[in-house]
Amino acid sequence: MNRIVERFQRLTTQGKKGLVIYIGAGDPNLEATRQLALGFDQAGVDVLELGVPFSDPLADGLVNQLAAQRGLESGTTPPKVLETVAAIRRESQMPIVFYVYFNILHKRGVKEFIADCARAGVDGLLVLDLPPEESDNYERLMAEAGLCNIYLIAPTTPEDRMELIAKRAQGFIYYVSREGVTGMQAKVSDTIGSMTAKIRAHTQLPIAVGFGISNPEQAKLVAQSAEAIVVGSAVVNQIAKHGKSPELAAKVSTFVKSLGDAVKSV
Amino acid sequence: MSNAVDLKLPDARGHFGPYGGRYVPETLMHPLQELEEEYRRAQHDPEFRREFDYYLKEFCGRPTPLYFAERLTRELGGAKIYLKREDLLHTGAHKINNAMGQILLAKRMGKTRIIAETGAGQHGVATATVAAMFGFKCVIYMGAVDCERQKLNVFRMKMLGADVVPVKAGQQTLKEAVNEAMRDWVTNVRSTHYILGTAYGAHPYPEMVRNFQRVIGDEARAQIQEKEHRLPDQLIACVGGGSNAIGLFYAFLNDPTVKLIGVEAGGLGIRPEQHAARFQGGSLGVLQGTRSYILQDDYGQIQLTHSVSAGLDYAAVGPEHAWLKDAGRAEYTYATDAEALEAFNALARLEGIIPALESSHAIAECMKRAPKLDRKSILIVNLSGRGDKDVAQVADKLQLQMPV
Repeated sequence: MNRIVERFQRLTTQGKKGLVIYIGAGDPNLEATRQLALGFDQAGVDVLELGVPFSDPLADGLVNQLAAQRGLESGTTPPKVLETVAAIRRESQMPIVFYVYFNILHKRGVKEFIADCARAGVDGLLVLDLPPEESDNYERLMAEAGLCNIYLIAPTTPEDRMELIAKRAQGFIYYVSREGVTGMQAKVSDTIGSMTAKIRAHTQLPIAVGFGISNPEQAKLVAQSAEAIVVGSAVVNQIAKHGKSPELAAKVSTFVKSLGDAVKSV
Repeated sequence: MSNAVDLKLPDARGHFGPYGGRYVPETLMHPLQELEEEYRRAQHDPEFRREFDYYLKEFCGRPTPLYFAERLTRELGGAKIYLKREDLLHTGAHKINNAMGQILLAKRMGKTRIIAETGAGQHGVATATVAAMFGFKCVIYMGAVDCERQKLNVFRMKMLGADVVPVKAGQQTLKEAVNEAMRDWVTNVRSTHYILGTAYGAHPYPEMVRNFQRVIGDEARAQIQEKEHRLPDQLIACVGGGSNAIGLFYAFLNDPTVKLIGVEAGGLGIRPEQHAARFQGGSLGVLQGTRSYILQDDYGQIQLTHSVSAGLDYAAVGPEHAWLKDAGRAEYTYATDAEALEAFNALARLEGIIPALESSHAIAECMKRAPKLDRKSILIVNLSGRGDKDVAQVADKLQLQMPV
């Protein structure tokens, strides 16, 4: 069974909420990425969302843009990110999703990229700029490879579109809690509860809510309306702060554990 | 030789064969559908058409002349050369045609805020102009490098009341300005219309921008028939995103005797990171909402580009051009920085017209072709913009001194 599906089933059985953590691969280098991933697994992270650095990340706010830039500067390429996933897999069964822009798949070949991911131990793909309308044979190839295609739903998504997306998504639905790019916010959106309720009318899939969650209090609040929460920029910001310090993985994992504890207490 | 092409393209999903489409984050999917629906209603609304035509004539200064360049023709000793004088439009380039169309659409949609990207600053100035005219808030994103090399246009936009945001990411030119405009749009999509300036981006932009620009070719076709009682042999236009070129070409797509020639920026020569000629060094990819030819490395990272002209200095080309190239209907070549500068000087001295550096690329190609053609041949070159904005940069390159 796909690790994402398995993990959410387990969380449901235990009556617990999930924690999804985003980081940019290769920030500040791929060895750090590997150590961070292993630290996150110990800290109780349920899904690692790994950003494959792209030169033109137009859905990302400044914090994640800079992470992608650091990733590219450290020589991170898609094949090297895949090698890093394979290395993580030798020690951890934590589900891993790639957060990736479509041109990276397109250049490699969609079929080939998916096969590479399956081989390395990636469990799902979230392709930022590939809506269902343009997905062509992507969904079939993903299903054949046993990977979950994670689709986004946004506050601007009307109900009939929610239905279309929910039918075609796998693993979990990623609800983008506000209009905008990735990034930390002082206050979480107050429409999250009503929107997740609308999405639930169309699907049994777990819903993960992200974009803008930056501390344990917000994590706890949002987790009440969802099966999981996603924290990205706040973690990336910690990585930027600690940089190449030998304590990097330990320090960031401590922060991540505080998020996990908040979520699990809901 | 040339094949007939389907004027009904793009299809319902915005595809020109394998090109085009709508590759955007989910937050923009529904707003783009709404934009498309409103655009369809406007297209079939005679009142919208009437309003658009009224402002094109009374405010922008259409129709523009199709001018016989007599001295340039004599100097080159071959084909008769006509210039489509888009440089004479209000704000100084063809960009105002599209900005006018889109602001009228934004008004219909009840938006209150306008954003745009700009490279050379001509689209930014056109957008700031129509925003001022109709009382919209306006923010223009422009690469920091472009702000410096097209300073005059930055001041013009500010005088028109727009906020100009210099974008400091990446190579700080047009591509980064588009990224930043899209980030703004994702964040403010309910209040804001994004006036994209070229025949690029997610559906319906490439089609909509082409249709707002097709007036160039519609006029040129009627004008040449009146003057010469026949169609031209070749059309030449520069291609950045490709809006002035598609605007000129569209009316002639099903005239198989008319050759269509697009001219990309050859920069310092066709070597990685030294040019912006997507059909020379590019490959199929997906960038900023659409599928087309782009300059990229083996892993799909977008490559750096170079051109003396900020308006052509861009890593991707409009999807309809990719389609016209595949269909064998248009051909694409390039002019280098040096050739464009030479053409800039030639047009100034022979015709008393200072062209934009972008349009100078089309003039450069015309200077290569005209001498090889007989005197009965007719060339139309799209003079897409005037060169005031480039005066400081060219003076610097030519090391012109102020008289003391």
